[in-house]
This record gives sequence, C-alpha cells and structure tokens, in this order.
Amino acid sequence: MPVLTYREAVRNALADEMRADENVVFFGEDVAAAGGVFKTTPGLQEEFGSKRVRDTPISEEAFIGAALGAAITGLRPVAELMFADFIPVAMDQIVNQIAKYRYMSGGQFMVPLTIRSAQGGGVGFGTQHSQTAENWLLNTPGLKIVLPGTPVDAYGLLRGAIRENNPVIVLEHKGLYNLKGEVPDDTGVLELGKAKVVRAGRHVTVVGAQLMVHRALEAAETLAKDGIEVEVIDLRTLAPLDTATVLESIKKTGRLVVVEEAPHTSSWGGDLASLAADEGIYYLDAPVKRVNMGRAMFAYSEPLETLAIPSVERITAAIRETAYTQ
Amino acid sequence: MVVINIPQPTVSVTPLDVDTRMTALRKMLEIRLTEEKIQEMFLANLIRGTTHLCIGQEGVSTGVASALRKGDTVTCTYRGHGHALALGMSVKAMIAEMMGKTSGCCKGKGGSMHMTDASIGLLGANAIVGAQLPIAVGAALTASMKNTGAISVTFFGDAATNIGAFHESLNLASVWKLPVIFVCENNRYGEYSPQHWTTPVENLSVRAASYNIPGVTVDGQDVETVHAEFKVAAERARAGEGPTFLEMKTYRYLGHSRTDTGPYRPPGELDAWKERDPILLLKVKMIADGQLDEVEFGELRDAAERHVAEAVEWAKQEPYPTEADLLTDIFYEG
Ligand SMILES: Cc1ncc(C[n+]2csc(CCOP(=O)(O)OP(=O)(O)O)c2C)c(N)n1
Ligand SMILES: [Mg+2]
Repeated sequence: MPVLTYREAVRNALADEMRADENVVFFGEDVAAAGGVFKTTPGLQEEFGSKRVRDTPISEEAFIGAALGAAITGLRPVAELMFADFIPVAMDQIVNQIAKYRYMSGGQFMVPLTIRSAQGGGVGFGTQHSQTAENWLLNTPGLKIVLPGTPVDAYGLLRGAIRENNPVIVLEHKGLYNLKGEVPDDTGVLELGKAKVVRAGRHVTVVGAQLMVHRALEAAETLAKDGIEVEVIDLRTLAPLDTATVLESIKKTGRLVVVEEAPHTSSWGGDLASLAADEGIYYLDAPVKRVNMGRAMFAYSEPLETLAIPSVERITAAIRETAYTQ
Repeated sequence: MVVINIPQPTVSVTPLDVDTRMTALRKMLEIRLTEEKIQEMFLANLIRGTTHLCIGQEGVSTGVASALRKGDTVTCTYRGHGHALALGMSVKAMIAEMMGKTSGCCKGKGGSMHMTDASIGLLGANAIVGAQLPIAVGAALTASMKNTGAISVTFFGDAATNIGAFHESLNLASVWKLPVIFVCENNRYGEYSPQHWTTPVENLSVRAASYNIPGVTVDGQDVETVHAEFKVAAERARAGEGPTFLEMKTYRYLGHSRTDTGPYRPPGELDAWKERDPILLLKVKMIADGQLDEVEFGELRDAAERHVAEAVEWAKQEPYPTEADLLTDIFYEG
C-alpha cells in the first residue's frame, strides 16, 4: 500500500482530477513554476501546461473572484490562497459572491469551485501566518468547508471537493504536510460531510479536526493505560457537519470533549456543545468540556505558542476530568 | 452656466442602419419608461428596499448591447436595470423580481440590485462596489481557455475605480491577456460625492495606462459613438489582443438611490446634461435623416408605456415565494 506524505497526497489529488477533467484549472501565487510555497504542487504546470496551471499576481480578491466567474461559465477552478490568514483579503468574494451566487440568482448557476489554503499553527510562523480560518467562514451559508487531517483524507477529500458542484474551501493544515500515511490505491473520491471514528472507545467521546485529532489520539493512548477508553472522532468536514456520528457516539459514551485549535467564542466547538444540549442532553452523564485557545493568539515565541494551542497534556487532563465527573 | 466637455470620438462613427437605430431607440425608451414606473412604484411603496436608477445613462448599456454577440457575458452593478433590459431581459421578469415574486428573473431572491439572467449572458448585477470586475475576468478566462470567441463585459461606476478590485482586475486581465472589456459609466458622482473630491484625475481612462491596457474616454450620451468605440474594443478582445478600458461620460438624472434628491448638484448641471439626453440625441438624428417624425416618436413612447403598464399589472397577480422556497437554491443538489 503506498505511503504518502500529506503534501504528496494533495498534489496527487489535484493531478488526478486534472487528468480526469480538462475543465479543472489551477491557479494561485507561485503555485505553477515554483510548485507552491509549501511545495504542494510541483510539476503540475509541466504536466498540464501554463494555461491550466497559472501563477497569479498577488491579488487575492481578483483571482478568487475570477475563480467564481470561471466556475459559473464552465470551468472547474481550483484556486490556492497560500496562507489561510489571507482569506480575509478575499472575504468579499468568498462571503458575498461565491457563497451567494447561486442563491441570489434563484438557482441559475452551479458554482463548482475549490479554494485550497494552508492553516494552523505550531510551526512558528507568528500571528498572521498561523491562524485557523474555519470559524470565519462557518457563519456563511452556501459554503462547504473541509479540514483533512491525514494523507488519505487530504487525497480523497480534495478530489471530492473538486468534483463537488458547489463551492468548497479545503483548509489544509500546514503542520501536517510532512505527515506520512497510507493512501490505498483504490482511495478514489471521498464523500464530503462524513466524520470518521478514528479510535473506538466506550467512556468519553473526543471530537476534533486535523492537528487536534492527532493530539487527542496521543491522549487516548495514555488514558488507555489507566483504563479510560476514549472514542476519537475526526470531523473532516465542518460544513455540512456530520452531527449523526457525533450524537451516536455520545449516546454510547455519555461524555463529550471538543478540542479546537481556535478561539473559544463563535466556533464549531460551541455548535457541538449546543448540539449536545439540544439533541443529546439525555445521553450526557457529564458537562460538555471544551478545550481550545480561549482568547489567546497564535504567538511567535515557542513557549507562548505552545501554551496557546491545546497540548496533549491539556487534552489528556480534560478527558480525564470528564471521564471521572459523576 | 455649466459647460459639458464632449469627448471626441477616437474612431470613425458612422451612422447605424435604420433598423439598428430604431431598435436602440425602442430599447432606450423601454429602459426609461420601465425605470420611471419603478420609481413611481417605490414611492408608492409597491416595491420594498431601495433602487438605483440609470435614467440619463441609457445610451451606454444600449450602445454596448448593440455590439454584443450571443455567448458574450456581462456583469454589472446594482444600477443594472438598463443593462438587463438592453441585453434582452423582459420587463415582466424585471418588475416581478422587483416585487419579490417567483416569476421574477431570480425567483424574487435577488431584487432590484441583482438582476441576473444567464440565458442572455447576464451573469449578475452586484451590490458590492467593484466585486463584479473579478467575476468578469473569470468569465473571460473561460472564454479564452475554451476558445469560444466570446467576450466578457463588466460595467461599473466612476467611484468604483477607487476600489482595489478594480485595479487588481485590470492588472490580472492584462497579464493574462483576457477578452474582457471594462466599461466605466462615469456619471460624475459616487453616491453624493462628486468625482473631484475622491479621485485625483478627471479622465478615468488614464488609469488603464499603468496596466498596459488601452484606455478611451467616450461620449456616453451618443449611442452610436458608444457602439463604435465598443466595437473596436470588442474586436481587439475577440482577436486575442486583450482587455480595453472604456470610460463613458454620462449622467444620472435622479438621485443615487431612492431617497436621494441630489442637493449636491451645482445649479444648471442637470439641465445642461438633459440637453444631451441619449434618447433625444438619437431622435434628433433620426428626424434629421428622415427616419422618424414626432408623431411616430410619440407612438413609440406610448407603446413602451403600455408595455410597461401591462407588465406591472401582470406582475401584481403573480404569486410570492413560500416557505418551500426558503432553503432552496443554496446548494446545487446532485
Ligand atoms: C464595497 C462597497 N462600498 C460602499 C458601498 C455603498 N455604495 C453603493 S453605490 C456607491 C457609490 C458608487 O458610485 P459609482 O461607482 O460611481 O457608481 P454609481 O452609483 O454612480 O453608478 C456606494 C458608496 C457598496 N455598495 N459597496
Ligand atoms: Mg458614479
């Protein structure tokens, strides 16, 4: 079974979709000749030519808007927004245009476009190059939002996103680009909107995405030694959210811990707590616990960044506390 | 006294044939009378929200549309009724949309600022200043990659030339040599601010130079000049020679939006522009060339008026959307 890095998985997904459909075009800043600042797209321009794989000027608003114009006229564009921190620069096109184009026209257009962007901290890029972007976007109906956390998901979900006939924002985690994992040859296209139980357990449900899932898995390993069996769910897609998988799990465990690499307020972690209150309250044996960044920012200094982002230790402590709450 | 500088044509402007002139005249009357009716309906609270009328500017949309081909695409602004009608949207679909009815061009989900009809190439009217320019660049990318021979046109105001999306779009379209035509309708005001308060140049066409795009200032009141200048730009674009920026000097007679009475206008300015009314200019030429007389013009006007009145009566009877429509058209299912 082939083992790929998350970075290679992204590249292969894009290449496979470009081979499958000549309407797929790809552009962004330094993605073509240079292969991307994270080296996620080397060789694509050589294979598919300089018309289908293009470098853009540093004009996020223009090239994201151009992706929309191309999508509604018959292409299937994939645009790369280098760092997710630059999403706000193109926010008008994403929130007011892309998300609403089909709706405002009364359903006249299909908007088959994908925006890829690298998010997340832990690698010392400082406050304006580390943020997670999903919560800025989740408040907007009309967008699908995908957060792959493993090579196999980076591959299959990106292919799924490109095939999707609606706008999808794929937020890759820059701290995971070197992560290796098995990507079976028959992975193909993965369906969006499906969470995955990545570790089964009976005592506590832990829900997260990307880096936080990897840390939750480490925590689960430690806690297993003390007899606490943790079920870990990787959400993989945040919009649409797979609430059924989460509810099914808390029905079994009665305990929910939500781990986010994001500030506490106005986030999907809050939405899951609300889901548990609205639809899962009779399953719960303990209060929902949230582990996140509070009001801290992604910091440059290593000790500060380490404190800001939920660590394995913080996650472990939160799960243990939840497990023992009577 | 207010003196209007009339830009000289940069290409030879030959009279359009009589049929084309007649079509343009009818179209401009349809736009004018539809908008007069819309204004009346707004003031009578028959239509909600706000509206931005293009009365006085009809020569630009009509002249441009007269030089387009099937397959060409257009994005425009909230001041977009003229563009939509010029491209061929029916008055019925427009009035029904303004009234929020399901038979409106966007099923009532767009409204006055979002007239859209993909079947006539109108990819959307935008309520965010400048946002329609990048979208037009994308439509031009499709045309260029698929070699369709189509061109992409985007309309925007004078004040929109101060927003980043304008500059980014000209730059991107130029480096990618895309078949897009940037049509600025310079009506001298952005909302209530005259151009010289916000913009340090008089002729906005100079802004094209730093993007290595031809920039032309055009008399937007003369529909034949608009047609001729646009046609040259369209031919360049179709030949793969890239974008053109056309600044159309024009004027809006009514306020920026529904409630604006235009107190910022210097005395005499409105009257001076009305002497260069696009409908009047074409009518005078046609009468001079023996193609029209006052009686026939009156008949054309009456016919347009009846047509609009019928559309309004029809739209009033059309149904509103219901709860079943609340969550539809957000995602394409399938
Ligand atoms: C990004 C943005 N900023 C401000 C507004 C509010 N606004 C709507 S129209 C307008 C003036 C635009 O003037 P111009 O571009 O000259 O077009 P005109 O209305 O004269 O046709 C303003 C400020 C808006 N809709 N979008
Ligand atoms: Mg203006």
